[in-house]
Amino acid sequence: MDLTWSPEEEEFRAQARAWLAAHVPREPLPSGDTRAGFAAHLAWERELFEGRWAVVSWPAEYGGRDASLWQWLIFEEEYYRAGAPSRVTQNGIFLLAPAVFEFGTPEQRRRILPRMAAARELWAQGWSEPDAGSDLAALRSRAARDAAAGGWRLTGQKTWTTRGAFCTHLFGLFRTGPRAERHRGLTYFLVPLDAPGVTVRGFERLDGDEGFAEVFLDDVFVPDADVLGGVGQGWSVAMATTGSERGLTLRSPGRYLQAARRLLELARNRPGGPGAHRDRVAESWMAAEAYRLFTLEQVTSIVEGRQVGAESSLAKLSWSELDIRLHETAMELLGPEAEADGPWSRGFLFSLAGPIYAGTNEIQRNIVAERLLGLPRR
Amino acid sequence: MRFAVAERDAVLAEAVGEVLAGRCGPELIRAGWPGGRVAQVDALWRTLAQVGMPAALVPEAADGLGLDETALAPLMETLGRAGPPVPAAETVAVGAPLLAAAGAPQLAAVLAGSSLVTVAWHAGAPVPFAARAALIVVRVGDGLRLYERGEVDTEPLASVDGSRGLARVSAPAGGGLLLAEGPEARAAVWRRGVLATAALLVGLGARMLDLAVAHVRERRQFGVPVGSFQAVKHALADVEVALRLARPAVLAAGWAQAAGDAEAPVRTSMAKVLASDAARLAARTALQCHGAIGYTTEHPLHLYAKRAWALAADWGGPAHHRERVARWLGLTAPAGHGNATDLSEGTPW
Repeated sequence: MDLTWSPEEEEFRAQARAWLAAHVPREPLPSGDTRAGFAAHLAWERELFEGRWAVVSWPAEYGGRDASLWQWLIFEEEYYRAGAPSRVTQNGIFLLAPAVFEFGTPEQRRRILPRMAAARELWAQGWSEPDAGSDLAALRSRAARDAAAGGWRLTGQKTWTTRGAFCTHLFGLFRTGPRAERHRGLTYFLVPLDAPGVTVRGFERLDGDEGFAEVFLDDVFVPDADVLGGVGQGWSVAMATTGSERGLTLRSPGRYLQAARRLLELARNRPGGPGAHRDRVAESWMAAEAYRLFTLEQVTSIVEGRQVGAESSLAKLSWSELDIRLHETAMELLGPEAEADGPWSRGFLFSLAGPIYAGTNEIQRNIVAERLLGLPRR
Repeated sequence: MRFAVAERDAVLAEAVGEVLAGRCGPELIRAGWPGGRVAQVDALWRTLAQVGMPAALVPEAADGLGLDETALAPLMETLGRAGPPVPAAETVAVGAPLLAAAGAPQLAAVLAGSSLVTVAWHAGAPVPFAARAALIVVRVGDGLRLYERGEVDTEPLASVDGSRGLARVSAPAGGGLLLAEGPEARAAVWRRGVLATAALLVGLGARMLDLAVAHVRERRQFGVPVGSFQAVKHALADVEVALRLARPAVLAAGWAQAAGDAEAPVRTSMAKVLASDAARLAARTALQCHGAIGYTTEHPLHLYAKRAWALAADWGGPAHHRERVARWLGLTAPAGHGNATDLSEGTPW
């Protein structure tokens, strides 16, 4: 048990802090879920990449720093503390890349990862469909073999695709076997969104930004080289990385620690102080801090080679619930100001998505109950 | 950075866990209730003393194990999970190290497991195990003083958790052996008691969750185990989340105390809030998941739930410690709420 950082880790933190202090835009960027804001975010992403801070945990050959998980946590703490922009490249870097590292061919890694890191190719996630949300294995979009052309023809519809209207590529699951096979008949495909037959229609999220899209695929050709992890292996490829580091690090504690710091500032500076809200403010801070400590415990387990699996569901339940609590508290502190459009009201609306995306919290509670507690599936 | 129980701490907790596994079930807890065969409890405690339980925080020079507060988290969680009816936090985390530091001759009996220690912090308040403990640490003015039980007046009280052996204590002014003096020394002692109690609560919560899980896997209604219903699954999943988030907070508080970290006070209070809330959620959810079967003293669940309710309020309840966290965060209280009140180890209710 030792909660101190090594001199090397402190040095890494100092480097990150200094670079961020010199480069983070002074004025907040417009929302990355609007077309104009997305362009501004891309410029930031490229600056991050030039500074070699875009993908710190990746190998140097792909633009990273070979950072340890500890360093990654430190970087995230500093990133959010500096008030740096949200990462519009996140779904590629945190959801697709771990699968490419684990299942991709050397050719795929070379072709995909450097351009992803440099924000030259922007990846959207194509999992949900109109009739397949929590029940992902019910998805209907299908891929038919085109042996003559050496690839597949994709047809179907994906939806609630984050930043789909601004991204260049889609990674998604498609049915290559009969529907009765459920999760066994799926394949993981990589699809350029400018391919013939693709139509993307952006639509508004709860906050009014055009952050969602539906993606229609009509006989879209995808070569064999863009199958990730083997035909029929889509479910395993998609799930393999959810229980490990990716599941743990999808939302790092740094994000909530910073939100808790902002909440404390809001409460202290409010005329008359936090008043009747102080217990809730203290609770919010404790929840963020508890999630940090839980993460330190989990990272220690990973670093020491112990299995971390369904624990990622505990993490997800924890951060998504605490984010809402924290923002609700801020909204109460703001009183009549709360309904004005601003960082807190936007953060509040976004926090409400937390229990829905990346597997609803109902699904996460089922996972905790069945895999950690051993309750019967039916 | 390494956030995990140290090997030496885990070894002690495992040794204690092995003793408890064979000997500390519901029957042993009932032995601590009025009319029970309390000699069984005393015998168990002597066996635990043989593996070093009360010696954990006593320096090696005083025949102890020489561990620090970091060891309290796994040790007390293990003890809490089994629930033997003894003043564990008071004897192991508070009494034994204080007696060692003061060179009190009664230490030998404490290390041998033949004397239990309890603590009377708040004048006039019910003191757990005061009806049974051989030694009582009493807060007198600015100091903590050690009394033999015969030296104080005790007025027994019936308690909700019948194994707590409650009594009101009045100690004669001027008597006893001075163990510690001054606000800083006293606050450090208080924090050890809070930390140990928080760890006991995490253990109790885990035990109640185990009982509930076992029950809902077996109990069938509508032709299926009730644990297959999502309403039941989700309630128990929330308990698991609360316990799994409280446990690292307790471990971090122990480390902060041992390291003399400036954040030790807030970490300790946070641990007590999270552990108390998690244990109370576990009690309430376990009771609900057992249905009427659990709402009876014939089922053992009540033994753990009543202990959890008692310990959640002991050594400062969640509201007291939340208040301390709020102040540490620089959140001032509304006017008239008493920002000036000394909360260092103050009124816990």
